[in-house]
Amino acid sequence: MELLTEIVNSLRYTVYDVIPIVLIIVFFQLLVIRRPIANLKRVITGFIYVLIGLSLFLLGLEKALFPLGRIMAEQLTSPAFILNGSENALSWQDYYWVYIFAFAIGFSTTVAEPALIAVAIKANQVSAGTISVQGLRTAVALGVALGISLGSYRIITGTPLHYFIISGYLIVVIQTFFAPRMIVPLAYDSGGVTTSTVTVPLVTALGLGLAESVPGRNALIDGFGLIAFASLFPMITVMAYAQLAAFRAKH
Amino acid sequence: MNQAFFALLKSMSESLRDLLPIILVIAFFQLFVLQQSIPNFIDILTGTFFVVLGLTFFIYGLNMSLFPIGDSMAHAFARKGSVGWLLLFAFALGFGTTVAEPALIAVSKEAAAVAANAGMIEQLSSARHSYATNLRYTVAVSVGLAIVIGVLRILRGWSIHYMIMGGYLLVVIMTSFAPEEIIGIAYDSGGVTTSTITVPLVTALGVGLASSIEGRSPLVDGFGLIAFASLTPIIFVMGFGMLV
Repeated sequence: MELLTEIVNSLRYTVYDVIPIVLIIVFFQLLVIRRPIANLKRVITGFIYVLIGLSLFLLGLEKALFPLGRIMAEQLTSPAFILNGSENALSWQDYYWVYIFAFAIGFSTTVAEPALIAVAIKANQVSAGTISVQGLRTAVALGVALGISLGSYRIITGTPLHYFIISGYLIVVIQTFFAPRMIVPLAYDSGGVTTSTVTVPLVTALGLGLAESVPGRNALIDGFGLIAFASLFPMITVMAYAQLAAFRAKH
Repeated sequence: MNQAFFALLKSMSESLRDLLPIILVIAFFQLFVLQQSIPNFIDILTGTFFVVLGLTFFIYGLNMSLFPIGDSMAHAFARKGSVGWLLLFAFALGFGTTVAEPALIAVSKEAAAVAANAGMIEQLSSARHSYATNLRYTVAVSVGLAIVIGVLRILRGWSIHYMIMGGYLLVVIMTSFAPEEIIGIAYDSGGVTTSTITVPLVTALGVGLASSIEGRSPLVDGFGLIAFASLTPIIFVMGFGMLV
């Protein structure tokens, strides 16, 4: 019974969320385009599936993965775990489990990100199969994994965020000139899609946990910025993936 | 009936495969690194089942609804040939889907707390509230503009390379002038604006437009809308931080 209420509540939030989108579509469809949508019944059924799917997905995350992930981020970053009995001052290497966790959680949450699956499916259709759904998702997930680990390192050492971001942009710019032309827009897009429903809450918890427990860090200033890493590095890895594929095709 | 059931089973197993990495990571760290038993095991199990089921439904519905809607609206606008309406639609889609985005609401609240602590605004709840609201509208307007610019680019066939690079250059320049407290938030705001429903819709719109205009390639010209939508908020939020 309680479960049912939770499902209904989750559905209600999702519906609130999509009301603006539905209104905009209906408004333009009726007043500007003034043509009926083809297969209207099918589209509406599909939309209901999307709503139900997203609600169940979010509810499930809230029940299972998020609480666990948050607790783990807190535990892994807590001084008690990292010090592990030793009394020496901590250097950045002592946080190795944090980097491994950041990498693993960045990779695994990105693979499950619904928005990325959608873009990968579309890219696969449009490229007539040249861009594989799994290949693109793996490349993006690797990017997020690298980004989050490096972002954790930055929080631990306290290096200013913009040094990393600006050098990252520089790499993106250089790669843009050498990467196959058709991958570039897709690579830029994959920066934006990686960070939504699944990744953001877990990564934010990790960032805030780190900024709170590392001495000398300010949660409000240093806790932010991980998302930026997670959106920057996929561009690099997706272009690298295409460059590698082009290179291997040539040799 | 049987066939539909097997199709459902198949896509459910695909969803399970997508989620397997998260389950493994959490189990590994929980059991071997932190060495703790998993609490509320039943809750976790039902939750995971919901996630699998939800992802299955979402992907299934995606191909029936969000992709065709975006695609058919793109074709209808291209046939109609009225650029004005198309751009208005683009703006509405970007603005409308962002302004109510829960992730954005959360980030702008945190940003208001940061600003208050840094003494940029007064420590009053009314001041913080208006700061958060203004920031939220700033981001929503910037995403609306991003989709407009992206659509114009598809129509005109401009190359995305220089536009995005120019945008990043602007970000780099603004970083050296913006107050330090806002930089992290600004960089993050680029990532949180694109929600799970907006992304498929906007992608289908871009690809649909590019494929209905002669001389445009769906792959080279159709993608890129999301990239603009993640770039402009960074610029606008830093601008906001410099002005307020």
